[in-house]
Amino acid sequence: MTGLAIAANGLRKSYGDKTVLDGIDLAVPSGTVFALLGPNGAGKTTAVKILSTLVRPDAGRVTVGGHDLAAAPQRVRAAIGVTGQFSAVDGLITGTENMLLMADLHHLPKAEGRRVAAELLARFDLTDAADKPASTYSGGMKRRLDIAMTLVGGPRIIFLDEPTTGLDPRSRHGMWQIVRELVADGTTVFLTTQYLEEADQLADRIAVLHDGVIAAEGTAEELKRLVPGGHVRLRFTDPAAYRAAATALTEAATDDDALTLAVPSDGSQRALRSVLDRLDAAGAEAEELTVHTPDLDDVFFALTGAPAVPAQSTATTARTATAGTATAAEENAR
Amino acid sequence: MSSQLALAVRDSSTMLRRNLLHARRYPSLTLNLLLTPVMLLLLFVYVFGGAMSGGLGRSAYVTYLVPGILMMTIGSTVIGTAVSMATDMNEGIVARFRTMAIHRGSVLFGRVAGSVLQSVASVVLVGAVGVAIGFRSHDATALEWLAAFGLLALVALALTWIAVGMGLGSPNAEAASNAAMPLILLPMISSAFVPLHSMPGWFQPIAQYQPFTPAIETLRGLLLGTHIGNNWWIALLWCLGLTVLGHRWSRAQYDRDPK
Repeated sequence: MTGLAIAANGLRKSYGDKTVLDGIDLAVPSGTVFALLGPNGAGKTTAVKILSTLVRPDAGRVTVGGHDLAAAPQRVRAAIGVTGQFSAVDGLITGTENMLLMADLHHLPKAEGRRVAAELLARFDLTDAADKPASTYSGGMKRRLDIAMTLVGGPRIIFLDEPTTGLDPRSRHGMWQIVRELVADGTTVFLTTQYLEEADQLADRIAVLHDGVIAAEGTAEELKRLVPGGHVRLRFTDPAAYRAAATALTEAATDDDALTLAVPSDGSQRALRSVLDRLDAAGAEAEELTVHTPDLDDVFFALTGAPAVPAQSTATTARTATAGTATAAEENAR
Repeated sequence: MSSQLALAVRDSSTMLRRNLLHARRYPSLTLNLLLTPVMLLLLFVYVFGGAMSGGLGRSAYVTYLVPGILMMTIGSTVIGTAVSMATDMNEGIVARFRTMAIHRGSVLFGRVAGSVLQSVASVVLVGAVGVAIGFRSHDATALEWLAAFGLLALVALALTWIAVGMGLGSPNAEAASNAAMPLILLPMISSAFVPLHSMPGWFQPIAQYQPFTPAIETLRGLLLGTHIGNNWWIALLWCLGLTVLGHRWSRAQYDRDPK
């Protein structure tokens, strides 16, 4: 039909008087990786629960795999596979038994079920542990078994809710490899993450979810362009030098406590020289100079209003960033 | 419609196999639940027996006691059902089942079928202990034995549905265990250990019409030939009512969106 694996319009959900999703729109083309990025409590898990038929939305139209979520939830369920944030394996039985349970629930013939189970266990490096109870598995192994179980029915659309949260770096990279292989097979992957690097590494498109609304959406490159320019960060140890530099570099965002200045800059040689020349002219010497090129962290912090990075003084499309700019300008005026 | 039924049977039996696998892999979970009724049986026969039986003699008191202990065994077994249902709901595995294109009720049906089978097995085990310490049924016909088993299975079905509802309504295993406590405490205030007429007058109606007493009295009548009276249909009504109530309550809770 359409080329969209997942389409949502005006999705709303609140628990009591707490609005979790305040009208979000999503469009995920088939065969792509879509990342829903957001801090804890942004509503990512609620979004996955709704899209995977676990929870009913208060309002909004959703189709998954071409099927209407409200009218034909069983058809949606037949098209999807879900790996939730908390492992959904049966700890009391072995890895193989978990896989065969899934095979039975997908109504695979006995022999085929055994074959699929063995294949997937081998693919996810669980063959050696296949006959041990799943409760004895490490976090990474449980997560791999979880995904292997999700794949038993050959779903076309897979939801992964924070697939790498709590995993060590090696397991995390293993998980990324798994996601890449899934997409190579033509599967659509909808994942949530609070790690920008993960979204940057894996996703074709990224939506930033903040306070129940999509604050921005696009490719990683498009999102990075939302926050124009990087900055040069200057750290001082001498307060007098810091004040002199702040006076000379009026466009810089100041941090009086840390004695650091963040000067908007594209990081080019010419721009750097200009900053250095003006510092020399003011007679201020910085202890340390670092060039910061924009990455998804900047986008994330700008959009979600976290104070870790000084806001850029150039106007951006993000609402929260504008507020940050105003305070930076005020401080400069002093 | 028939394909819906086929789906229900197929998925429920898959769920049943999973529960039986648990029971087989961890028999101690089931056996622990049998400790209470067996301990009480031995305690009342060998320690309190002399005082409780009112000069009836030990073997007569064993015979009086066993039917009540068998009913209590069911109450004890289904506490395990409430606990494992609550555990399942917290484990995330049920969330996975809900996102799969399987029969919606199969998680509950499989659990109930497994629990009824477990209850019957437990009753047989505890019954064997009873026989070992002197319980005998002298004049029960094959039909009466069959009816006795049928009654035990019906009580197991009713209490299981109630226990499943309690498990679904509890936030964790501990809470489920507490919620299901009355299922093992109720037999204490039934005719299981002492006859109704030995209880205080104001209390007798409570003891008489609570679910366990009519079931115990019917079982006694079937196995020992005592007077059943209207107990059999009160027991059946209780079983039917609790089954319908427990089923509806469980389904309503299961169909509710998880938090």
